[in-house]
Amino acid sequence: MLYDVLIIGAGVIGSMLARELSRYQLSVCVLEKENDVAMGATHANSGIIHGGYDPVPGTLKAKMNTDGVEPLFQAARDLHVPHRRNGSMVCAFGSDAEHALLDELYEQGQVNGTPDLRILSGDEARAIEPKLSPEVSRVLHVPNAGIIGPYDLAIAAMGNAMDNGAVLLRNFPVVEIRREDARFVVTSEKGDCAEGRYLVNCAGAYSDRIAAMAGDGFYTITPRAGEYMLLDRAEGDTVSHTLFQCPTEDGKGILVSPTAHGNLLVGPTAKKVASPEHHDTTPEGLAEVTRLAAKSVPSVNFRQVITSFTGIRATGSTGDFILEASKTVPGLIHAGGVESPGLTCSVSIARYLTGILREEGLELNEKSDWNGVREDTHAFQHMTDEEKDAFIREHPAYGKIVCRCEGITEGEILDAIHRNPPALDMDGVKRRTRAGMGRCQGGFCGPYVMALISRELGIPMEEVTKKGGDSRMLVERIGEDK
Amino acid sequence: MICHDIVIVGGGPAGMAAAAAAYDAGCHDVVILDREPQLGGILMQCIHNGFGLHKLGKELTGPEYAAVYAEMVEKRGIRVYTETMVTHVSPERVVTSQNRQGILKIQAKAVILAMGCRERSRGALNIAGSRPAGIYSAGTAQKLVNCMGYQVGRRVVILGSGDIGLIMARRMSFEGAKVEAVCEVMPYSGGLTRNIVQCLEDFGIPLYLSTTVVQIHGRDRLEGVTIAQVDENRRPIDETRRYIPCDTLLLSVGLIPENELTRAAGIPIDPVTNGALVDENCQTAVPGIFACGNVLQVHDLVDYVSEEAERAGIAAAGLVAGEISDDVEIATRAGNGVRYVLPQKIRSTAQEVSLFLRVSQPFGRVRFVVEDEEKVLATATRLRAAPGEMEKLNLPAEKLSSVRGEITVRLEVL
Amino acid sequence: MTRTLTCIICPRGCALTAEIVGEDVRVSGHACKRGEAYAVNECLHPMRTVTATIRVNNREDTMAAVKTREPVAKGDMMAVMQMLRSRTVAAPIRIGDILVQDVCGTDIVATRDVE
Repeated sequence: MLYDVLIIGAGVIGSMLARELSRYQLSVCVLEKENDVAMGATHANSGIIHGGYDPVPGTLKAKMNTDGVEPLFQAARDLHVPHRRNGSMVCAFGSDAEHALLDELYEQGQVNGTPDLRILSGDEARAIEPKLSPEVSRVLHVPNAGIIGPYDLAIAAMGNAMDNGAVLLRNFPVVEIRREDARFVVTSEKGDCAEGRYLVNCAGAYSDRIAAMAGDGFYTITPRAGEYMLLDRAEGDTVSHTLFQCPTEDGKGILVSPTAHGNLLVGPTAKKVASPEHHDTTPEGLAEVTRLAAKSVPSVNFRQVITSFTGIRATGSTGDFILEASKTVPGLIHAGGVESPGLTCSVSIARYLTGILREEGLELNEKSDWNGVREDTHAFQHMTDEEKDAFIREHPAYGKIVCRCEGITEGEILDAIHRNPPALDMDGVKRRTRAGMGRCQGGFCGPYVMALISRELGIPMEEVTKKGGDSRMLVERIGEDK
Repeated sequence: MICHDIVIVGGGPAGMAAAAAAYDAGCHDVVILDREPQLGGILMQCIHNGFGLHKLGKELTGPEYAAVYAEMVEKRGIRVYTETMVTHVSPERVVTSQNRQGILKIQAKAVILAMGCRERSRGALNIAGSRPAGIYSAGTAQKLVNCMGYQVGRRVVILGSGDIGLIMARRMSFEGAKVEAVCEVMPYSGGLTRNIVQCLEDFGIPLYLSTTVVQIHGRDRLEGVTIAQVDENRRPIDETRRYIPCDTLLLSVGLIPENELTRAAGIPIDPVTNGALVDENCQTAVPGIFACGNVLQVHDLVDYVSEEAERAGIAAAGLVAGEISDDVEIATRAGNGVRYVLPQKIRSTAQEVSLFLRVSQPFGRVRFVVEDEEKVLATATRLRAAPGEMEKLNLPAEKLSSVRGEITVRLEVL
Repeated sequence: MTRTLTCIICPRGCALTAEIVGEDVRVSGHACKRGEAYAVNECLHPMRTVTATIRVNNREDTMAAVKTREPVAKGDMMAVMQMLRSRTVAAPIRIGDILVQDVCGTDIVATRDVE
C-alpha cells in the first residue's frame, strides 16, 4: 500500500513523530531495522531532560530545547512514562576558567529562555545535595531540568501512535530508496517494499547513509560512543539532582544522576568510533567513568554496579540538528544529527517536522477520535496492598511475581507481549516491564520469561531471542535424539 | 489479617528443616511461604549427587534430599503456601505476600527468614565488551538444562570455579557441549575437590587459575571471549590475552544472600557475610525474626544448612513459648586468617555454641584459637583449611559463663 | 606405575599416591579407610554415578531427574547419556521408579517426583 508518510527509524524521534502525525487523517508507517523500537541512540542514553542553557543561542538545538521541555513533561504524563523534575547542577571545581564557564552558561541560559537558573556557591549546593564533593566550588543550578526513561518514552510514543493507526514494520533494514511517480519505494534487505508519498529520515546514527540512499547525502554522522554504569536501586538516592561537570568539546562530561526508575547512573565517556554498531564497553572507558564520577560524588558505591553499557550518539557534520526539507529531493525530510539534547527535544522536533511536512504540501486534517493518552503499564506497581488484592482477584496473572528483584508480575509481562508495540524478545520485555533489569539481571526470571514469550507468540523455546536476529537464547531441545 | 505462631519465608532446605524442627519443639502452628510450585528451592535443579552424606548418612541427589524434608513437612501437617511471594516483612512481624488469589498478610509471633541466595551477575563483574545472548549465570543454565530440558550452548567457557560452575561443566558435557575452559581469577579454586576431579578431570576440561575473562565478543549471540592471566592484584596481564571462540559463557562467580526483605525489615546486615547479624539462636537484631541457611551465610554443604535451620526452628518455637530471655550478649570477632565468625553475638546463658567461620585463603595445617581478652577458650587443629569450606568450632557452655569481653577466633599456621 | 589422586570421599580432599603393580595397589596419603578404598577402585575400576534427565513426553518443558542406581564404569558414562537423550518417559513418576532397565549393568531410577 502507499502510505502518506514513511518514517525510517523507530528511535525516540521517529516514534514521537509517528505519534504526532497520528493526530491527523494520514496513513503513517515506521520502518525499523531492529526487532524493537528504541534500539539505537535512544536505547543507551542518559535520560536527561536538559534545562536549555547549553546550546548556542540561535541554533535549532537551542530553539528545540527551549520549546521542548514543557511539552515533553506533558507527553510523559499523557504516555505514563516514568519521569521526575529533579533539577540539575553543573559543577565547577575551583578553577577560574570553570567559574567563567558557569557564568557563560548562565548568560546563555538567559538568552535561550531557560527559567529559574541560579549560580550557587559550593556550600549552598551541598546544603541541597549533601554528597556533592567538597571540591565543588560553585554550581549552575537548573531547576527545570528532569529525568525520564528514554526507551520507555519511545516505546510509549510508538505504542500510542499504533493505537491511533500508525504501522510499525520491524526487521526492515533499508537497503534501497527509489523515487518514482512522485512516491518513494523503500526496499529492505529481505526484499520487502514500502511505498510512501513523503519520507522522513529519523535513522539516528545511520541518517547520513539513509540520506545518501535517498539522493541527498549532504551531511555525515560521526558516531560517538559513551560508556555508562548503572547501580542498584539501593544507591538511587545517593544524589537527587543530575550532576554535570563543566562541558568540554566532547560533550557534557561525566554525570552522576538518579534515573527515572530509581537507579543511579554514572557516565558517559565520549569517544569517536568507526561504526554505529559499536556497543562494546572497555576497561579504560569504565575506569574513566569511575574516576570522573567520583570527582563529583566521592561516595558513589561502585560495588553496587549492576550493569554497564555503551550508547551511541549521532553527531552530525553541521554541528546543529538537521531538520529540513531536502533542497534536491521533493518529499524527503531530514531529521539528522540529533544528538543531545535530542531526547529533551523529541516532542518539539516532532512538531517542527510536522510543520515542515505541512509546508511541503502534506494536508493535515485532525482526527476526531485521536487519543493521546496511553494507559499506565506500571499502574499495578503503584497500587496499595488493598488495591492490588482487588486487582489480582480480577486478574490472577498479576498475583504471580516473575521478576523478584523488581517485583514484576506475570500480568505485566503478558501485557508487554500484547500491548502496542508488542515485545517480541527478552530485551523487549525487559525494557517494557523491568523484568530482568534488577540486581540478578534476569538470572531467576529469565527462563520463565522465555517460556512466556514462547507460549504467547506461539514460537518454540529455541526461537526466543534476546534482541532479534541471531541472538537466540537456547541451542537445542534436549531428549529428542533419534 | 490472619495470625500464625511461626511464618517461614522460603521452602528450600533451610525453610523445610526449620519448620519440622519448630514443630517437633512443640510449636504446631507453623506455615511456609514459597514462590515456587513445590517445596525444595534450588535443590530441585541440583540433580547431581553428593547431598546428605553428613546429615542423613547417605548420598542423595538434590531433589532426593529435598524430598526427605518435604515429607517431614507433609507428615507434620505443616501448611505450605506455594507460588506465594513474600513482598515485605515488617519489624512487627507482619508478613505480606502475594499469589494468584490476592494479597495475603499474616501476623506472626516469630518469622524465620530462609530466602537463600542469588548468583552474582555479569554486571557486577564489569567485564568489557558487547552484550550478546549466550551469557548465563551457571544456575540459570542449570535450571534451563535440568528442569526445562534446553541446552543453552555448544562451545562453553566457564568463568569462576564455584561448585555450580563445575557441576555445569559436567552437565553441559553430558549433553554434548564442548567445555573449552574454566577460568578462576583466584590462584585456587573455590569449589569442592570432588567436583574438580569428577566434573573437570573426567572430561579433560582445563582449569586455568589466576585467569579471568577480560572481553566479550559478538553482536547477537556470543562469538568468543578473551581471557588473560592476572597478577597478584588481580589485574589482567596484557601479554597473556588469548581469544577463545565460544557461543556460551557461564558465570559461577559467587553467591549473594538475598537479603532485600531483611534490609526492608530494618535488620542490620554483616558486611562480610552479607547476611543478618545473629546470635547463637539465629535470631537477628529485630526480636522474633530469625534467619538461617544461605540467606544468613553461604554454606558449602546443604547438610549444614539443615542443621542451622533446625537451630533457628527450635529457637523460634522457644520464643513463641516464652522461653527465650534477653541476656548479656558477647560479641564475636574474626581474627588473623579468619574472614568471618558467625554468630556475631552469643548470649552469656547459652548452652554449647557452635561457631562457624571461613578462612581468608587456603592454608595447610592450622590451629584455630578461640579466646577472650584474657584466656584461650578452645582450640582445634585442621590438616588443611580452604576458603571454600565452612569450619565449625564448638564452645562448651561452661566456657561461656566466664568470658571477659569479646570472643576472637584466629588461626595459627602450624 | 605411580598415580597421584585427589581423594573425593569427603571435602578434606587428601592427596593420595597409589603404586600400582598388576592388580595390587598400595596407597599412601589417605586419612581414612574409605580414602584407601577409593584410590584402589579409582586405579583399577573407576566408577561413576551418572545423574541426568529424561524428557517427560506428557508434560510441557518438563524433565525427569534420574540417576544410575549403581555407579557405572567411568568409560560407560557417555553411552548412558546417549541412551537417556534418545528416550522419553511418561508422568506421573515417583522417586525410585525404575525408568529404564538394564543399562550398562544397572537401572535408571527417578530422583524426583513428576505429578
